[in-house]
Amino acid sequence: MINIQEVIETNQMIEKENLDVRTITLGISLLDCIDADLQECKKKIYNKITTVAEKLVETGNLIEKEYKIPVVNKRISVTPIALVGGACCKAPEDFVEIAETLDAAAKTVGVNFLGGYSALVSKGMTTADKNLILSIPKALAKTERVCSSINVGSTKTGINMDAVKLLGEIVLKTAEETKEADSLGCAKLVIFCNAPDDNPFMAGAFHGVTEADAIINVGVSGPGVVKTALEQVRGENFEVLCETIKKTAFKITRVGQLVAKEASQMLGIPFGIVDLSLAPTPAVGDSVADILKEIGLEHPGAPGTTAALALLNDQVKKGGVMASSYVGGLSGAFIPVSEDQGMIDAVRAGALTLEKLEAMTCVCSVGLDMIAIPGDTPATTISGIIADEMAIGMINQKTTAVRLIPVIGKGVGEVVEFGGLLGYAPVMPVNAFSCDAFVNRGGRIPAPIHSFKN
Amino acid sequence: MKKAVITVVGKDSVGIIAKVCTYLAENNINILDISQTIVQEYFNMMMIVDFGTTEKDFLVAATELEKVGEEIGVVIKTQREDIFNMMHRI
Repeated sequence: MINIQEVIETNQMIEKENLDVRTITLGISLLDCIDADLQECKKKIYNKITTVAEKLVETGNLIEKEYKIPVVNKRISVTPIALVGGACCKAPEDFVEIAETLDAAAKTVGVNFLGGYSALVSKGMTTADKNLILSIPKALAKTERVCSSINVGSTKTGINMDAVKLLGEIVLKTAEETKEADSLGCAKLVIFCNAPDDNPFMAGAFHGVTEADAIINVGVSGPGVVKTALEQVRGENFEVLCETIKKTAFKITRVGQLVAKEASQMLGIPFGIVDLSLAPTPAVGDSVADILKEIGLEHPGAPGTTAALALLNDQVKKGGVMASSYVGGLSGAFIPVSEDQGMIDAVRAGALTLEKLEAMTCVCSVGLDMIAIPGDTPATTISGIIADEMAIGMINQKTTAVRLIPVIGKGVGEVVEFGGLLGYAPVMPVNAFSCDAFVNRGGRIPAPIHSFKN
Repeated sequence: MKKAVITVVGKDSVGIIAKVCTYLAENNINILDISQTIVQEYFNMMMIVDFGTTEKDFLVAATELEKVGEEIGVVIKTQREDIFNMMHRI
């Protein structure tokens, strides 16, 4: 039988160390909502989401009460809308209407984000894909809860540089359209390489076409728990350090597995995966950067950071894999700048640069995340940054992503405030040398040699 | 068997266990295990109880126990046991 020390340990994690279930994400296939008529398609989408997800928020709240563990977000991911709207959307404006329908459905069921305003264009773009991408600035400006993601590359297909070039411009336009709110629209737009079909985390969640009709994916998080555990092993060698992270990750993930199973049973929807991620929030004590500091760095960005992050990420996976029957999604440590107080401090102290962040993304999920850059950054430079990050993903057979926020009207050192879980961020400098001629070549980068495994 | 863990945390005083036990007895909730300890000068008690014998709804009982705690100045938390089993038992 469980003993009092174990009970105290678990409750301490929840109450003092910010252990929580970051998200229960309900994936819903909208493939059966495809219709040649736009109004009919919108009606089907709204009805399907509000029917399947009717009890999602209620279920999340019930689990929270029964186990006394916070279920922070209840969210929805849907089939990439470029596929769903392809038959009825003849122009970008038509896609914006679908975005508004998704927003309305999200509000009706009470979820805070709905992901899947997406297109998968890792090799080429269909007319529908292109129209959806062109509609993103307006769609994200007109909606509150819709999140967009575009997969522009993969290890199997290479990188679609036409899409990368276009998205540099789209990121800037999205920033422009939402400039009144510190270019907040860009916080809801992720550009991926090797995007997973079952990621529960926003803004990059979508319900892949390989998935069932509906599925429950869960992301748990507890950077604070890992940090506290590491406080007990200060000065010990790497073996002890790694063992401690592994054991802690196991415990955290078990909670995710329990919640996923419970939610799946209550909703009568199959359990998909648990995402083994360390996801920070701006709250004090809920920071991945603090773990890196506890491992022995003065600030993230100091020499040794990439190695520290690599071992952290690997141990989290090793501990987590055994704790859950199915693992998937992004599964790794997140290093968003604005959502992590320790990262913000590191940028302010001058310890952390965009280039070091890029190096860090080679060894962890997911990528250049929630980074504010000057609003006057050229579109081609943004495309260049995207291309670099996609190349890391393509060559290393991992997911990488870019979520940059060019803040219109603000320059290096100024602060942008996004509010809530998205936090705040100092605007970081970008390398000012041009990559125009590179980005403007057009076409695609071929798949790497090691992708040919057949 | 629907087991739950009740934890009581607060300043030690006379009659804490009696109050909680009275509530459980009145509602036909069986106690399987009790232990207590002092952590950082705070009184910590844990009970494993069985909800299989009671008609009472779990969440209603959890809320009522919270109120009992408020009356005597301690924090009472009722959680389903699975979360502890999952975390500490393979």
